[in-house]
Amino acid sequence: MNTPEKPTSPLFLDFWSGLSQNNPVFVQMLGLCPTMAVSNSLENGLAMGLATTFVLLCSSFLVSAVRHYIPSEVRLTSYILIIATFVTVADMVLAAGFPEISKALGPFIPLIVVNCIILGRAEAFAGKVGPLRALADAAGMGAGFTFALLLISGFRELLGSGSLLGYNVLGPRFEPWVFMVMPPGGFLTLGLIFLFMGWRMERDMRRAKEEKA
Amino acid sequence: MSGDQALSGAPPLPKAEPPVKASRLIMTLAFGGAFAGLLIASVYEKTLPTIQKYADSKIEGAVNEVLGKPFRLQTLYLVGEKLSATPPAGVELRAVTKAYVGFDAQDARVGVAVEAAEPGFADDVRLMVGFDPETSALTGFSVLGQKETPGLGDKIEKNEAFVSAFRGKVTPIKGTKNATSDGSTVQTITGATISSRTVIQIINHAVELWRPRLQAFDKEGVQ
Repeated sequence: MNTPEKPTSPLFLDFWSGLSQNNPVFVQMLGLCPTMAVSNSLENGLAMGLATTFVLLCSSFLVSAVRHYIPSEVRLTSYILIIATFVTVADMVLAAGFPEISKALGPFIPLIVVNCIILGRAEAFAGKVGPLRALADAAGMGAGFTFALLLISGFRELLGSGSLLGYNVLGPRFEPWVFMVMPPGGFLTLGLIFLFMGWRMERDMRRAKEEKA
Repeated sequence: MSGDQALSGAPPLPKAEPPVKASRLIMTLAFGGAFAGLLIASVYEKTLPTIQKYADSKIEGAVNEVLGKPFRLQTLYLVGEKLSATPPAGVELRAVTKAYVGFDAQDARVGVAVEAAEPGFADDVRLMVGFDPETSALTGFSVLGQKETPGLGDKIEKNEAFVSAFRGKVTPIKGTKNATSDGSTVQTITGATISSRTVIQIINHAVELWRPRLQAFDKEGVQ
């Protein structure tokens, strides 16, 4: 599932794979820790998704550009160095430009360093292909991660706070389900989504079998 | 190497890539590290003023909030255990503990604002506490930073009724679960017992700590 597609596939397929059949959260099940931790409001989810996408784009591009100069013995060390550098940059830029969001995300921005989506893509994809394909893949994975975060955090904020992006949408008579913005709500939401994905996969397999018969 | 293998009769090893010299590995990482350091340092320098300006404006906003927008503010600096109106020389001012004294249009003191922090339910709760050093009555408090449970503990910041209930109360303050009109008692928040208790404790300790300091400063000012 993690292996790069045929080198002949166009850039769009590299991009699309991250959003759909190789979605980092829903299919590869990577980066679940930040997914749980910051998806209690839509704003946090969006900020986390964009910060991770920024780091993915920068590090994938650089990893791909210097892949011929890095001896394979130190490649993981070098990848982590590159990733950590961009995460630190993202952390400081966020603190300067969007202090409120930076405060809300707290330690989870520095923790992007250990998000396995990024190192995973560097090792499985960017380190083996040219910079353009690495960029397309990073954009797709970033978009897929952001999409997953938006889906989960939107659901949690709507039920947990009765609002979306801080705007009250369910009216004053709605009693927020506080537990939705706490950790159990995250597990429940993610579990429901996985249930749906599993059901769909099984249905597709059954249909394929019926068509064969 | 390969000659030795032929002599010993061992089967030839699969042709591996020639080993990379250690110096090359070190050079790669050193070069990468230097480049990373350069990038981080330059971004740090670019963003630091904005980050500090935000922190300063946050403090200023909190001081104005807890003292009710005073006409004039005076900053006192804590040197050792003594307060002084002149900033200590040769020290980074940002690292000095400060008290902010607010005056109204008639130049009468309305209160003093100080920063205080203590561990809450999760991580430290940081408050700006405003009080009158003569009567020990609170002028208000404002949350500078907290990581309490969203939806429960964070009500110490978001629940207007709780925040405004402290105004005018005389320390030491006690918490109660029932509605109260007592001059030193505040109703705590349901579901945020520990967070409410933390706020009360921080305020009591801050007043206890700062009142003698301010009184000593006042005495010196008269002499």
